[in-house]
Order: sequence, then C-alpha cells, then structure tokens
Amino acid sequence: MDGILLAATEVVGKLGESDQQHLVWARELQAMSFVFHIPLVAFGIAFPAIVVFMEGLYLRTGKAHYRALAKRWSKVMITLFAVGVVTGTILSFEFGLLWPNFMATWGDVFGLAFGLEGFSFFIEAIFIAIYVYGWDRIPARTHIMLGIPIIITGITGSLTVIAVNGWMNHPVGFDLSSSGVVSNVRPWEALFNDFFWHELAHMYFAGYMVCGFLVAGVYAFAWLRGQRSAYVRAGMLVPLTVACLASPMQVVLGDWAGRTVAEKQPVKLATFEGLPKTEAGAPFHILGWYEKSTQQVKWAIEIPDLLSILADHDPHGVVQGLDSVPANDRPGPINVVRYAFQTMIGIGTLLAAMGVFYAAVWWRKRRPPRSKWFYRLVVAAGPMALVAMIAGWVTTEVGRQPWVVYQIMRVENAVTDAGGLPIAFFAALAIYLSLAVTVFWLLRRLARNPPEVEVPGPVEAS
Amino acid sequence: MAEVCLALAIIGITAYAVLGGADLGAGLWDLTAGGDQRGGRVRGMIQRSMSPVWEANHVWLIFVLVILWTAFPEFFGSSMSTLYIPLFIAAFGIILRGAAFAVRGQAATMREARSFGAVFASSSVLVPFCLGAALGGIASGRVPVGNAAGAPIDSWVNPTSILIGVLAVVTGAYISAVYLAADAVRADLPDLVESFRTRALGAGAVAGLIAIGGLFVIRSDAHGLFDGLTSDGGLVLVLLSAAFGVLTLALVWTRRLSLARFSSAAAVGCIVVGWAFAQSPYLLPGELTLDQAAANDATLTALLISVAVGLCLLVPSLAYLYRLVLRGTLDQEFQPLDQRFRPLTADDHPKQP
Repeated sequence: MDGILLAATEVVGKLGESDQQHLVWARELQAMSFVFHIPLVAFGIAFPAIVVFMEGLYLRTGKAHYRALAKRWSKVMITLFAVGVVTGTILSFEFGLLWPNFMATWGDVFGLAFGLEGFSFFIEAIFIAIYVYGWDRIPARTHIMLGIPIIITGITGSLTVIAVNGWMNHPVGFDLSSSGVVSNVRPWEALFNDFFWHELAHMYFAGYMVCGFLVAGVYAFAWLRGQRSAYVRAGMLVPLTVACLASPMQVVLGDWAGRTVAEKQPVKLATFEGLPKTEAGAPFHILGWYEKSTQQVKWAIEIPDLLSILADHDPHGVVQGLDSVPANDRPGPINVVRYAFQTMIGIGTLLAAMGVFYAAVWWRKRRPPRSKWFYRLVVAAGPMALVAMIAGWVTTEVGRQPWVVYQIMRVENAVTDAGGLPIAFFAALAIYLSLAVTVFWLLRRLARNPPEVEVPGPVEAS
Repeated sequence: MAEVCLALAIIGITAYAVLGGADLGAGLWDLTAGGDQRGGRVRGMIQRSMSPVWEANHVWLIFVLVILWTAFPEFFGSSMSTLYIPLFIAAFGIILRGAAFAVRGQAATMREARSFGAVFASSSVLVPFCLGAALGGIASGRVPVGNAAGAPIDSWVNPTSILIGVLAVVTGAYISAVYLAADAVRADLPDLVESFRTRALGAGAVAGLIAIGGLFVIRSDAHGLFDGLTSDGGLVLVLLSAAFGVLTLALVWTRRLSLARFSSAAAVGCIVVGWAFAQSPYLLPGELTLDQAAANDATLTALLISVAVGLCLLVPSLAYLYRLVLRGTLDQEFQPLDQRFRPLTADDHPKQP
C-alpha cells in the first residue's frame, strides 16, 4: 500500500486552493475544541463500566453505600455526557466550518466511520437517560442491564472517530491519479487502516486511566482529610484499581504505537526526538531544546541508542531523520512536539510505576497501600493522566503537520476561506472557559452534598 | 442511491425539526414565562418534560450532518463555508443551551437557576433562527459551489432566510406547546394543560399566518423556490402541510392532545419534504444537482448498510425510551422551578427504603 505515500501528487481539494490568512487561528480553534472534548471522551469510554460495576457490587452485597455511589456517579455521568454531546456537535460543525475543502474532498472516504459513530452516540443518549432517570422506577435487575448498552456504545462511539484519525495519519482506501484526483473509494478499507488498532487501544486505556484516577482522586482527597467511611473507601478503591491496572498496560501499547509511527511516519518520529539526520544507533534526548539553525538538540540529557531501541527494538537500528523530506514537509514547531511527547512518556512511566506498586502491595499484603504519600500521589494522578492524554494527542496531531492527510493534503489547502476566524476563536475561548468553570463548580458541589441525599424523594427533582 | 441518502437526510431534518425543534421551542416559553413565581410552574414543567429526552433529540442534528458530509461532501463543504456566520452562531448557541439546561437541573439556588435559565432560553431562540436562516440561504440559491464562495452576509440576511428563521422559531414553539400540554395532561396538572394549550393555539395561528404571508416573500425573493412549492409534488405537500396544521389546531381546540402530537409532526414533515421537492433536482439551486453532489457508489452503499444496521438497533431503543416516557416511568416529580429552592422541611426526606 505504501506506494500511496510515495505518490508525487498532492491533493489541492475539490473546492480549489485556499488563501486563508488566519490558518493558525483555525488550527488553534480546532485544537481548543478537542482539548475540551477529549476528557469527556475519556469519561464516555470508562465511566459507564465503573458505574455499572459499582451497581453490581450493590446487587451482590446489598450494601447501601455502593448504591449511593453508583447513583451519584450516574448523575455525574449524564452531566458530562450532556456536555460531551454539545461539544461533540461543535466538532461536527467545525469540520465543515473550518475545513470545508477537507470535508468536500474526503468526506466520502472516511464518512462511514462517522455514520457508525452517530448511531452509537444516539443509542448511548437513549440508554443513559433511561438509566439515570430510571433509578427506583425500573426493577433493579433490569436497571443494571440497561447500563450495558451504555458501556458498549461508549466504546463503539469513540472507536470510529479514532478510526478517522488513524486514517488521516495513514490514508488508505482510495486511488490517487497523477493529477491528484481521488477515485475508487473503498470506505471499509479506510475505516480499518493500519493506525486504527494501536490508536484505539492506546486511547482506551488512557480513558480508563484518566477517568479512574480523576474519580479516585476526589475520594483520596477526602480520605486524606480523615473521612474514613466505607463510602469514601469504595469510591476511592474501585476506580483506583481500574486505573492502576490500565496504566502499566500503556507502556506496552505505547511501544506498539511508537514502532508503528517509526515504520509508517518516520518524519513524525524524527520530530519527537528532533533527529536531524538519518542514523544508526540514534540517541534519545531528554529535555533540552531543538535549535532550528544548527539542527541540534541543546542542553539535553543524551541516552545513546535509546531512540533506535524504541523505534526498532535494536540498538543499532537505523532511524530516519528530518532530512529525509524537504524542509517544507517537516512540522514547524518541533519543540512543541518534543515536549508533548516527553510529557506523555514521563507521566505515563510514573503512573505505570504507581500501578505496579499498588498491585504489588495488594498481592503481598492483601490490602491497599497505607502511606499518605501514596494517596497524595493519587490526588495528583488524575490531572497528570489528563495532561498526558492531551500531550499524546498534541504529539500525534502536531507531529503530522504540515499534512491534514499524511503526505497527501496540506492543512493550508483544507482550510476555509471564510473571514473572521480570530473572532470565532475568541468567542469559543470565552464559551469554553465559562463552561469549564461551570462544570468544575458543579462537580465540586455535587461532591460536597452528603451521600444521604441519594435516597429517592422530592429533593431528587432535576 | 443518492435519492435514498437524501431521503435519510430529510428524515433526519424532519426528526430534528419536530423533536429538537420542540426542545428549542420550549426555550421560548421558558424565556417568556414571567417572573420567578409566576413562571415557576411553567419552567418546572419544561424541566420535567425535557430532561430525559433532549439529548436523544439533539443527536438527530449530528445524524444529518454526518449523512450530508458522507453522501454529499461537496455540498457540505460549500454550504458550511459560505454560511459560516449563522452556523458558527448556531454552534455556539448549541453549546450554551445544552450545557445551561443540564446545569440548571442541578442548580441549588433561585439565582443560579435564573441565570442558567436565561442562557438556555435565549440561545434556544437563537439556534433555530440561525439554522433556519442558513437553510433559507441554500433554498434561495445564494450558496455557490466553492470554498466560502458566497456572500458572507447576504447569504443569510435576506427575506427568505429571515422568513424561514422566524418560521423555525415559531414552529418549534408551537410543537413544544402541544407536547408540553400533552405532558401536563399525563402529569395531571390541569392549569398547565390550559396554559400550554393557549400557547399552542396562539403559536399555531401565528405560524400559519407567517407561512401564508411567507409565500409572497418567497415569490418576490426566490422565484425558483416559489415555483417549486406551487407546482406538482411541492404543491401537494404544501397543501398537505396546511391541512395537517389546521387539523392540529382543531385537535388542540378540542383537547385531543395526544393525537395533536402526531398531526403537528406531520405538518412539519410535509413542509420539509415539500421543500425538497421544490428544490429538486438541485442541492444548491442552479449550481449543484443531486447527482453531481453525490459521493461514489461504494460510499453510498456502505453508508446505507451502516444506517440499516444502525436503525435496527436504534428503532427499538428509541421506541423503548418513548414508551417509558409516555407511560410516565421516567417522569420526574413535578415541582415548580421556584419551589425547588425553598428550605427543606422534615417531610422532604422520606425514610430510607
């Protein structure tokens, strides 16, 4: 297939060349929308399973605090889902509003994935409403069964969107003529591209980490302040266990992702590291600063051969450098990509170590760790996991530049010709900021209510 | 196959206009309900009716967008890039209203409920107007093929756009009043039945008058569209829509509110299909026909397969949701919005089950 990546043609797009002055504003607006939406995706992937598990614990043991937790979390779940629905809608709008030429040219190639996503989303909205508004009104066994479609659609919904991102990184499923005309579209092939599987697995476990650590952190905070009830303990340990199991897995999955990138997108890998020239036994630089003029990474800690090991599992492996493509085909902000990559790896390693420690203590002593420092780390782990996940997306998205469709269509050709992008950017910034403040404030207040409020009654009306 | 895909998009638009439109229309009633105490009951009813369904209703919009960009990518790119101003406003309005509604459900004081309510209600009026205005721009032939090739202002600030925008607001208000009146019957709240019934009759009459007057506006502003609406299939559907509209008014008048739900939906459906007839064979009048805009066959086939599979799962799920809703299983305790914030008394906490 890779013949396609070597094709000399570039696609300008069905709507012709663009002369947008404000390309960077379009990119920033899109990026901001994703940064806001992605944490909600993490909750969409992982939270339903955790909530249903908690309800299952209640049905098995009959202990009221499990039920109170499940019920309260289901309210958080529907609130975050509501915000996810609207911010997801904005993304659909922005695809057309910001990148009409990309959509006009490729919509038929990858659109299928979004069709499947739309249905998942739809069914999720239906069952999430029934689940949350059905407490105490639907028989308990039926009620927990109604949680299962939410878990499944939470997975399938994001699955197909990730497939589209995989396709942008590894465009397949169509033929390209020497004049840049797209033909013989094969939508199923586009859906299951080579980047789909590792991106999917990597994102899924990230979802469990972000959601698990964030929820556990809330209760770990209460735990540290001396609230030692069964309610707080269960609220902390269940999501924490989930996250601690997921985090070591990320090391394995990240390695798989890294090697796929090395093979299919060597320029992106070279950007991660700021590697100027193709070489065998390439070193890895921690921290430091890539200087464009000298093409060197300065003031860094150099670890010999590590990049070759990461890319190839071989200390003498050959890694392609930035010089393998012309200068205008390389990503501009190399340091942004480098630091995003290192942030992801650094936090990921720390959280993986934490997960292993937690599992080891359980294994040896049949109880969770007791150290206060461990729980302080749990409080910090949620925000850190979130930062790592966003850094991961910055790595893969900025690392793909200047291409929107890797080595086929440039971002500058995909963008709209419409005016007023800076205005749209600042309007969106104001809205997202106020939304973030509101959601945070709401969740904090929800956490402050005493758990007794979870009993049925008129106070419930909402 | 392009026709089938277009039919799916039209079904989606109709569903959004009816279901999403009803939710948007509720915003107008929320906005105009009056002060805290006077409007408390109306707002409480709106909160109660919409909570379990608005997310599912909203997803129809996403469904429409997805069908359009997959099956008619050039049409999608051209119209989004020309109509970017109303569509950006609509998109921002959608965030604000959805989030504000969800948050108002959790408000703890009257002041909070009031400010989130204001955001929810005012953006609920803005969104259908902007979406309607964008449709008007397309229908009146003001969107050319190309990257932002049309006029950024004139494409949506023109007689047809304003007409359709206003009509979208009023129609939504009308449908939502019918639904809320029917919900109030189920909730056994006769005073609210009456107040929404009055609103339904008023909004229905206004919508009818605007629609009739609007034909003259369209005749002078978009002659092609007018010809389409007054001949052949277009004319039949316009007349059908009018008939359903009159029928709905009669049903509301005689208090057969559950039946009125269906006939009001049919009235909206007929006008959407009529519009499609009026515009055919064009997606962008004078610029892009359905066949020119359609994606290749492999994509259309794949889309239809996935929609067919999706519908097999969706239809029973939706039926289950609406059955639970109409049976009252998911009904929330009715509480006038202002009453939720009085201090709790001992009676408010029943014993642990």
